[in-house]
Amino acid sequence: MADTPFQVPQSGSSAPETPSVAEVLTDAAKQSVLKVQDYAKLSARSVSNLFTRPRYGQDTLDQMDDIGVGSLPIVLLSGFFIGAVMVLQTGSQFQRFGQVSLTGDIVSLALVRELGPTITGLLVAGRCSSGIASELGSMVVTEQVDAMRALGTDPGRKLISPRVLASLITVPLLTTISVFVGLIGGMVASVFSLRLGATTFWQRAIAILEFSDLMQGFTKSLVFAFILSTVGCYQGMKVRGGTQGVGRATTQAVVVSSVMIIIADTFLTKLALYLADKL
Amino acid sequence: MASPPTPSLPPQSAVTIKFDDVWIGFDEGPILRGLTFSAQPGETLVLLGETGTGKTLALKIAAGLICPDRGTVQALGQDITGKSEEELLQFRRQIGFVFQEGALFDSLTVGENVAYRLVEDGADENRIAPQVREVLRFVELEHTADMLPSELSGGMRRRVSIARALVNRPPVVLYDSPTAGLDPITSQTIITLILRLRDIYRVTALMATHRLQDGFALANFHFDPKTRTVRRGPSEERTQPPITRFLVLREGHIYFEGRPEELLKSRDSYLQRFLI
Repeated sequence: MADTPFQVPQSGSSAPETPSVAEVLTDAAKQSVLKVQDYAKLSARSVSNLFTRPRYGQDTLDQMDDIGVGSLPIVLLSGFFIGAVMVLQTGSQFQRFGQVSLTGDIVSLALVRELGPTITGLLVAGRCSSGIASELGSMVVTEQVDAMRALGTDPGRKLISPRVLASLITVPLLTTISVFVGLIGGMVASVFSLRLGATTFWQRAIAILEFSDLMQGFTKSLVFAFILSTVGCYQGMKVRGGTQGVGRATTQAVVVSSVMIIIADTFLTKLALYLADKL
Repeated sequence: MASPPTPSLPPQSAVTIKFDDVWIGFDEGPILRGLTFSAQPGETLVLLGETGTGKTLALKIAAGLICPDRGTVQALGQDITGKSEEELLQFRRQIGFVFQEGALFDSLTVGENVAYRLVEDGADENRIAPQVREVLRFVELEHTADMLPSELSGGMRRRVSIARALVNRPPVVLYDSPTAGLDPITSQTIITLILRLRDIYRVTALMATHRLQDGFALANFHFDPKTRTVRRGPSEERTQPPITRFLVLREGHIYFEGRPEELLKSRDSYLQRFLI
């Protein structure tokens, strides 16, 4: 070790040991399991915190405004045009068999069961999951989260639970609006492109729906809301490595939440179809 | 390597903060290796050391923000190493923590930042506003109450951070390099503020720094509340020396512990490097 002011300490002469392939794979597996465990703990606490005090009502309202009202324009626009394009795609097939009146049935079922919740989930994930991750990540790297803890506040209650609750409330509402606007888009396309009456379209679109279809769409939107908010929060709270880490977390939040939403959609669809048959 | 001078520990009774054989490490190896020291009520401990010696870690452990791998930490009569996060949240309300870069909430105004702890405690709104004004006046930033942290200079942000830390008059304040990266004049303002806090409110303080002059300023000056000026020498009202002690951290443990004059007299080659 250097004993005079301007000496440079000698670096160690022994070379670091190279880990074996098995060790690297074991470490990677352990890290993955640890991440899943951390995510599960964060998700469970975000929900359990909602049932105990202190609660942050104003923060929840602010997040509802950001996630719900803020996402409304993209949900309205995309919903309308998805409904319209569904009619254009399916209508041309139905015309070949002279069954244009079935268009309303198909568009309604597809929007309520599948496209409404999934497209809304993916859009809100792209907009809000990334926003949550970058906001929380910035707070972590600038020590604001530590400052919050130092001031006696649980960041889980103050930052995570309001975002999760706000998503659980607003995403199903956004999905409902998206489906409704999609049906309007479908109706407009039916009237102008297929010469199908607006009344016929609406009557068939509503008549085909059963309670199980509405429940399927509602359940999916709830699950997607939970996924996009908790993944965003998890990625944000685990940021390491300054601004570069924040950027990485933001991208990861969108990628992971989108993939999780699509995977969850598959299993939920299978489950819903199974339950619809049984009940 | 020169042998470290023998530390002169204060009596075990009446300690506000006590570290006993505290160890903590990360992937790159242990950072703190058996850190042991204690602070008496009203005392200011200056933690000196090179970058990476664990000064900030020691402060965060003292505040219960990080749990050590081994050893015990007692603060305000409680063993905080065995506490749950819920219990630690309550404990931290009695501790003021000034972060290196201020760590102000950037979406809140200065006034809201300072009022944060009071709002969290559910204090009466009529009580919050005057208290925030008083604390901002203490740091001479009353006019910034409605500004956002991004509109303030680095020194002003540190002063707001100090105001936020002391808004509920905590008995212990921990400063993490409060003058790092600031110009000499602003640094002097911050140190004067810490002096005032010490001599008016009698807080126990731990200050991590790599600037020796900050420690000597705390040791050699005092704030006279009557004349509201900073004066050289110890306060006349203070009868219980020492009020400022230096702890030099090296390789994860205390290398030197003692009064400023003992540090100045030391012929140890490592300590000499801080004095040049």
